[in-house]
Amino acid sequence: MKINDAYLEYLLRLGDNALILGQRLSEWCGHGPILEQDIAITNIALDFIGQARMLYQYAAEIEGSGKTEDDFAYFRDAHQFKNVLLVEQPNEDWAYTIIRQFMYDAYNFYFHRALQTSKDPKLAAYAEKSIKEITYHLRWSSEWVVRLGDGTTESHERIQRALDEYWSFHGELIIPDEIDMIMAETEIGVNLTEIKPLVEEKMNEIFLMAGLRKPASTWMHKGGKNGIHSEYLGYILAEMQAVQRTYPGNEW
Amino acid sequence: MNKDWPLWEVFIRSKNGLSHKHAGSLHAVDAAMAIENARDVYTRRAEGVSIWVIESKNITASDPADTDMLFEPSVSKVYRHPTFYDVPDSITHM
Repeated sequence: MKINDAYLEYLLRLGDNALILGQRLSEWCGHGPILEQDIAITNIALDFIGQARMLYQYAAEIEGSGKTEDDFAYFRDAHQFKNVLLVEQPNEDWAYTIIRQFMYDAYNFYFHRALQTSKDPKLAAYAEKSIKEITYHLRWSSEWVVRLGDGTTESHERIQRALDEYWSFHGELIIPDEIDMIMAETEIGVNLTEIKPLVEEKMNEIFLMAGLRKPASTWMHKGGKNGIHSEYLGYILAEMQAVQRTYPGNEW
Repeated sequence: MNKDWPLWEVFIRSKNGLSHKHAGSLHAVDAAMAIENARDVYTRRAEGVSIWVIESKNITASDPADTDMLFEPSVSKVYRHPTFYDVPDSITHM
């Protein structure tokens, strides 16, 4: 695979993770458990959508055929999206949303911290801008894991159940495939093998503080990075893309 | 049983050198969450560089029934304003 093809694919993976998670989180808008957290979680959703925009704009530049960020967001089908399976999993309730968010944030923090030293100054600048937002995301979701895990009997049971169910989706974030390895070798991307122990240590630390039992299973889902998705992505795209698909190029 | 989380008052300082101003109130289970909620609710348009929170029940307020006794007497005492001095022309920024 040529470096340029790998790089485009890599940027789309990063952009798709941010966009799909941002879209998922925005489903909470108006439905948060209290006003304060409704605003907190939609702020985070907007951070992700802002990051997706920067990545798509850069991907469009690299691709070089005159595409825009909107082409990537609104005119691709599910198999062309390269986000990990974790981010498309449903919100379910606050516990599931928090577990999904925390596992993603733990990865995302160490990923972007490392990305700041990318050989591509543009990608490094993107990482430097985003790490401030992501540092807050990780603090916010870590606190919620501890509050629910170490809260009441019911909150503990519910977040443990969420962890048991979503645990097997985190592996895809930190297990490198061919493109991850090509990008790590060029030193443009992040070496996942290097950040994997840091991500795992962060999870262990927070789960311990929260009194949660880390699932024993080591089997992990994969497929999203290569465009093989769960049924959920189609529904997310249907809602997200409906307006642009119905009125292409429409602006407001 | 009251199922609402405790109420907190939020004070935001907009920039260094100015004092904290009351911004509003919010619900949170403890001080740490109150700071984060305040950050999310009251500084999302870059309103602040510092946040104070205090649980509303810890604020002691003057009684509206005492308004006359407390505040009326000062209304007629204009001499307490430093407006009776001649400021020399050479003094600027007064």
